[in-house]
Amino acid sequence: MQPNSEMNQFLRNKRLSTVIGIAVIFVLYFVAAFVTNFKMNVAVMSFPKAANWIAKYMIPDAQAIERLPRIIEKLTETILVSVAATTIAAVFAFIASIFGSASTKLPKFVNTIVRVIAAFFRNVPDVVWAMILMFSFGQNLLTGFFALFFSTFGMLTRRFIETIDETSKESIEALTACGASFPMIVFQGILPSSISGIITWILYMIETNIRSSTLIGMLTATGIGNLFNIYYNRMQFGSASLIIVLICVIVILIDNLSTIIRRAIN
Amino acid sequence: MEKNIFGKIKTEAHSKASTYLKILVVFLAVLTVYQMVTMDTGNKDFFTATSDTLRNINTVFLSPMLRRDTLGGIINVLMVTLCIAVLSTIFGAIFALICALLCADNLANKKVAAVVKAIVAVVRAIPTVLWVLIFAVSAGLGATAAVVGLTFHSFAYLVKAYSEAIEEDDKGKIEALRASGAGFMALVTQAIFPSCIRMLVAWTFMRFEINFTNAVAMGAAAGAGGIGYNLYMAGNMYFDLREMGFLTYVVLIMVIILEQISTRFKESVK
Repeated sequence: MQPNSEMNQFLRNKRLSTVIGIAVIFVLYFVAAFVTNFKMNVAVMSFPKAANWIAKYMIPDAQAIERLPRIIEKLTETILVSVAATTIAAVFAFIASIFGSASTKLPKFVNTIVRVIAAFFRNVPDVVWAMILMFSFGQNLLTGFFALFFSTFGMLTRRFIETIDETSKESIEALTACGASFPMIVFQGILPSSISGIITWILYMIETNIRSSTLIGMLTATGIGNLFNIYYNRMQFGSASLIIVLICVIVILIDNLSTIIRRAIN
Repeated sequence: MEKNIFGKIKTEAHSKASTYLKILVVFLAVLTVYQMVTMDTGNKDFFTATSDTLRNINTVFLSPMLRRDTLGGIINVLMVTLCIAVLSTIFGAIFALICALLCADNLANKKVAAVVKAIVAVVRAIPTVLWVLIFAVSAGLGATAAVVGLTFHSFAYLVKAYSEAIEEDDKGKIEALRASGAGFMALVTQAIFPSCIRMLVAWTFMRFEINFTNAVAMGAAAGAGGIGYNLYMAGNMYFDLREMGFLTYVVLIMVIILEQISTRFKESVK
């Protein structure tokens, strides 16, 4: 009898936590829907409408094909800016992460300062960087470059610190015990052991930055984001859709390429 | 002892992997240098622009002040942004859970998994802002379009995260249950959920944190309402840097709180 009642208790508790979990989700949904004035019926109905609209208007037309060279030019520009911003940010982030990682046994306050700076750059919205830079640099590519650079620097510093803490702790200890100098520890210990993790994050950030540069482009009136905005606002959806298709293709290509590269370097 | 072309003793092992690595680093460096040298910077003088930027950063971050809105109004729009993030996380999580069960290696049919993975790759490749703008045409600019647009990316991200979490689950356990004749639903509710639920919750909260940041951006770029819209208006319409500073700090505090919670979640799972 005893084991049976224990079993029942266990099942009752399990059912109870399932019910509570679902209830919490429902309450969250109703509160959030009320605050944002979210309309479920509009949201559901927007799917067939959007599908219909995509089938009707979002098809590259003759005008879009004519504009292909210009779109490709802007797209290349956007990709190159993303690569440049990521690579340069990675160099700075690597230096910062050496000072931010607890494994390098630098004074605690140095770690903390670096982490706070990284958190600041990472968490100030892209939108704010874009607008601040726009006031002084105007509508040119450098604005987009710096906006990407700041947030990438913050993000990569966090990730590099995690990577170094995970992979390099032992080699740093071993090198310190042999009396290696600080540069030796960095170039013979930290860099070789964390490099594949670092490259993985760089490739991931390049891909993320290509996607977010669309948004930054819209705000700073540069690159592919601006071109999309122009076509979208003029309701030239054929050309706008060509941009969407091309971005989609490029991101998938880069995603697959980085999987191949990651396999090759490991 | 092996020596290199400078007559020094070779200290590193040469493998194919390290050659590929060097090629990749050189390639990225060349692209970067090329882009930086050829970048069209308009006719702006770099040094005046930089000093202007520093002065603006100074104003934004060191003298924030609320001048147009009331504090109550700001809290209200902050709540709107948070709730957009809540809704898109809930919807994304529900759809993602279903699809993750369909494409986790240890559960799924290979053909179904391939189809789901292809759909997820396409959804993920299109930037969030474009999803929001596509749905803005049919649902109208505003919170509803933002929720639908943000749901797409949450979905794609969570399918990947959930299916990896499920794949980590013990394969032997699943086989044992299958052998004893358990159906798919029993397998999921009795074996998969009990062992992965904490991991799934941690990933969901992490996505919630990302959705909040994205909801701010959508408010600014796609007129989706919330604090992002106020930020955009303060910056691009009124050129009020001090107001922008205040709003930035509100967002910053919120994001840091969310980041702390999600780090705790992640650690509690490990």
